[in-house]
Amino acid sequence: MIVAEAKSLGKIKEMLASHKRVLVSGCNTCMAVCFAGGEKEAAVLAASLRMAFKIDGVDIEIKEMSVQRQCEKEFTEPLKGGAADFDAVLSLGCGAGVNALADMLTDTIVYPGVDTKFIGITESEGVWASRCSACGECILDQTAGICPINRCAKNILHGPCGGSQGGSCEISRDIPCVWQLIIDRMKRLGIMDKLGGIRPLKDWSAGLNPSKVTKDERDK
Amino acid sequence: MMEKSNLEKVLSLGEFAVTAELGPPKGADGQKVKEKARLLKDVADAVNITDCQTAIVRMSSIASAKLIMDEGLEPIVQMTTRDRNRIALQSDLLGAAALGINNILCLTGDHPKFGNHPEAKPVFDLDSIQLSLMLKRMRDDKLFLNGEELHGAPNFFIGAVANPFADPFDYRAVRLAKKIEAGADFIQTQIIYNVEKFFDWMAQVREMGLDKKVHILAGVAPVKSAGMAKYMKKNVPGMDVPDWVIERMEAAGKEGAKEEGIKICVEIIEKVKNIDGVHGVHIMAIEWEDAVGPIAEAAGLLPRPKY
Repeated sequence: MIVAEAKSLGKIKEMLASHKRVLVSGCNTCMAVCFAGGEKEAAVLAASLRMAFKIDGVDIEIKEMSVQRQCEKEFTEPLKGGAADFDAVLSLGCGAGVNALADMLTDTIVYPGVDTKFIGITESEGVWASRCSACGECILDQTAGICPINRCAKNILHGPCGGSQGGSCEISRDIPCVWQLIIDRMKRLGIMDKLGGIRPLKDWSAGLNPSKVTKDERDK
Repeated sequence: MMEKSNLEKVLSLGEFAVTAELGPPKGADGQKVKEKARLLKDVADAVNITDCQTAIVRMSSIASAKLIMDEGLEPIVQMTTRDRNRIALQSDLLGAAALGINNILCLTGDHPKFGNHPEAKPVFDLDSIQLSLMLKRMRDDKLFLNGEELHGAPNFFIGAVANPFADPFDYRAVRLAKKIEAGADFIQTQIIYNVEKFFDWMAQVREMGLDKKVHILAGVAPVKSAGMAKYMKKNVPGMDVPDWVIERMEAAGKEGAKEEGIKICVEIIEKVKNIDGVHGVHIMAIEWEDAVGPIAEAAGLLPRPKY
């Protein structure tokens, strides 16, 4: 899933201060799972904003309307009519959600309410971690299913580097050395032969943006 | 074909090599590079020029290399993949070769997080092993990475680094083998204080026959103070500083610290010099360049041969 962090109330207030009627729109899939901008968070944020602006003596009407997925037209259609009465929309979707709303709402300003961080997993309760860099050409077959492109700070394809110590990455003792994890797993699976040899340079163009995937071309 | 570098000649003739290190200044004053160069003249066969070490912006390693060449020293240009993609790397390498620079040390480089511009976008288009491979292709096959022909091929003497003290220990020699396969002609190691562990690593290296395929230069560095030794032990990833180093530096007190640091360094050189497969030492006296001469002298490594 996509993982994000809510922007601070102060930053959001700055964005919205010049508007009169604002619609806060949560996105109830990834953003709900990482508690950054689902329906519940949208309701809490809208209430907080109403209170904060009231204290400041600023007259802004704030309503909320969340959808299941801002990145798909099928779900955002109700927002088209809903946003008509508002002069700004605060999207709590990931960056893709904000873009999708901006594409659809041609005459309404759309603001981001979250900072999109990464494609990742829930590591433990309230902790999410990145796992995929969407590099466009998966090499997990060569690395025992553990990604050095995403999890090695230096994208090294022949690790561990000289900074790996006691299983930790040189950039932080709290970050595991992904190449140590890869080697441990390869040993366990009896596939250490996959570690050998020199890997070709990565074709980064496979993951460059702007980018599009087309089903008909993909199926060819 | 351009002439071989002095370092290549020293090593290929079986002489015990000495290399040193020079960090370029944080400014545009070329005189500072030349001043440091003068301190290292005639005490080393070649001098590493660091490439924005610890990701702190400094004068470019290639420009600094040219400045020390003007002073009659031979540079080893350190080149990291942190700040340049394959286009910029190949371009800079051709420029270096045109200036007569043959010795290139291939590094991935310290992460920008450690430096003075931690907000920078790290490049890491390729890693150090792939960088060696690229140099080898340019030199031996006379080709760019994309297969296009090079007009005027460089004559690189390809260097790489190895850290015997990083984990997992049993993988370190295997990784060295990859660096050799990728084209490394010489290796400079991480700073050695734990001689026993270095000895064990060299045993693995010899067992795999790697000492016959590459010139290994043992990395050493004088400690300036007990505080510096403690800092390295605690804070520098991939460094192994045994307690005896700290204890001896503490016992030497503030007055005797520098002298003791040099003494320890000389003792370590004397130990590693006799290890089978070690073909030289790399003396890293960072911001203490005038220590290299006395260390080399005391270790019986002077005068340096001239070719």
